[in-house]
Amino acid sequence: MALMRKAQAAGAATIPAPAGGKPRSSIRHAREDRLFYVINVGLLGFTFLLVIYPLIYVLSSSFSDALEVVAGRVWLYPVKPSLEGYKAVFEYSELWLGYGNTIFYTVFGTIYNVIMTMLIAYPLSRRDCKGRGLLMFLFTFTLFFQGGLIPTYLLIRSIGLIDTRAALIIPFAIGVWNVIITRTYLQSNIPGELYEAARVDGATNTRMLWSVVLPLSGPIIAVITLFYAVNHWNQFFNALVYIRRQELRPLQIILREILVLNSPGVIDQLMASASPEQVEALQARMYLQGLIQFALIVIATAPILAVYPFVQKYFVRGVMIGALKG
Amino acid sequence: MAETANAASRRAIRLASRHKAWREYSINWELYLMALLPVIWLVVFMYLPMYGNVIAFKRFVASKGIWGSPWIGFDNFERFFSSFKFGNIMWNTFFLNAYDLVLGFPIPIVLAILLHYTPWQGYKKTVQMVTYAPHFISTVVMVGIIFKLFSQRIGIVNVALTALGLPESNFLGSPVWFPHIYVWTNIWQNMGYATIIFLAALSAVDPELHEAARVDGATIWQRIWHIDLPGIAAVVIILLILRLGQILNIGFEKVFLMQNTVNIVASEVVDTYVYKIGLASRNPNFSYASAIGLFKNVIAFFLLIAVNRIARRTSETSLW
Repeated sequence: MALMRKAQAAGAATIPAPAGGKPRSSIRHAREDRLFYVINVGLLGFTFLLVIYPLIYVLSSSFSDALEVVAGRVWLYPVKPSLEGYKAVFEYSELWLGYGNTIFYTVFGTIYNVIMTMLIAYPLSRRDCKGRGLLMFLFTFTLFFQGGLIPTYLLIRSIGLIDTRAALIIPFAIGVWNVIITRTYLQSNIPGELYEAARVDGATNTRMLWSVVLPLSGPIIAVITLFYAVNHWNQFFNALVYIRRQELRPLQIILREILVLNSPGVIDQLMASASPEQVEALQARMYLQGLIQFALIVIATAPILAVYPFVQKYFVRGVMIGALKG
Repeated sequence: MAETANAASRRAIRLASRHKAWREYSINWELYLMALLPVIWLVVFMYLPMYGNVIAFKRFVASKGIWGSPWIGFDNFERFFSSFKFGNIMWNTFFLNAYDLVLGFPIPIVLAILLHYTPWQGYKKTVQMVTYAPHFISTVVMVGIIFKLFSQRIGIVNVALTALGLPESNFLGSPVWFPHIYVWTNIWQNMGYATIIFLAALSAVDPELHEAARVDGATIWQRIWHIDLPGIAAVVIILLILRLGQILNIGFEKVFLMQNTVNIVASEVVDTYVYKIGLASRNPNFSYASAIGLFKNVIAFFLLIAVNRIARRTSETSLW
């Protein structure tokens, strides 16, 4: 911890120019360094291709003809470009219901998360708030020891939240990690003198939250909003446990049905006991099904990946604040 | 006389200090009021379930509720320890996480060092942008992509194998392949994002050390080994402790989604088993499932404490 604080003092949160620079030592060293750069550029290029290739493959397949995909002729760019998959997906009303539900959970869940996080992070960041050490401990402890799935389920069931929209929002109010980074941010960005000055001017603590803290915490609110929002958007398991009603199911549950449960294996089994005419129909269905899955992966991921480059710096900043605190 | 005066002044001081403490609490009463809702949430949704674990020591009878059900001591735990699945489940849980840790932990460090020393900024930014991106893909979609890539006959991996004249493999329906696919796709998805912390630590290394080493004729390799790695050691240790503390916890959703009847011998972990007998079963056994979950949580907790202690002894870097 001590070391990390030192790291913080050294200004870790800024991204520096590469520490490499020009080697200016002996020829042997220059050659070794050149070798390093060759390996460096080569390995990074390899990593880049390794990561991007599956994404390109999925994207290209989703825009190709179903038969070409099945025949394995699509490997880089779309073959016989077609929008069949997307057409089928757009006609699938359940998916849009799921999209709508997920937007609901994400918007209201995130607003609730951010409010609750600020309500606890602000008092915890005030050095003159007695008892904050104990509070902080109680929150942090839950990072390392949790009640477990079944007791949590029984609790949520006993207060009647099962199969309500609230089940995916109310019990998941606060991510302790986000409280830690918010508190760290407030402590290091709002000097105690500011509170003193506000107090001299007769501001109450509530007023300080409004007029001092919130105007200065834009960046950290952006960070935790994004963290919470991505969490809600990608949330799958809680919905599986707490939501049964069709009309409340979020996107990820519906995606699971189509991408995971309805994989080609199922149709394979159907085919084993089908007549020749049926086989043909099933085969066509299987091809289309495969194409739909590609299109679906693209549609489900596109919103996040499209926004991500513009907000990347906030994620980076959030991780860094958390890292330096430890 | 002097005695009484003394006692009186002591009492006065005590009163005054009690008064002062009270004032310190009361002056900030609004802060406590703000914290009230989050604290209620914490007690209800985090600490009540911890207490709810008493059900693990009871035979749960729905009509009597958690509190009215009869105590049975450690019966549920004994039942799990003597279950024929116990060894298999514990091994899978440990093995998947250990495998994931041994590869998934160092690879981002190497990648961070590579990025840190890249000669071209634009190249660095591009690689970063692309490698961070998969982190945001949801687990469900991730597993969907895995199924697409590795499926029999039509998955691109098998297509490539066939094209190279190699035999194709039933990657998804195989207990042998399951751990490898699970771990390597994890690495694919998370290695970029995990570099962020290490990049921050690397950039905090004192540049004067590098300057001095360069003057002395050190190569990049030597500088990485003798300056950068010691420089980021503290961050590495902290993250390693955190990761070890979670060694039984990671990746439940993904394992659950990738699981099928064929690979179950390699993919049944504690969490999936708890879910199965506690929630997915037709006649769920809450007590038994809770006992298994509690067993895992307690082990994980003590593991964290042990690892933290070892780290404190050997490196003076620890969580607390």
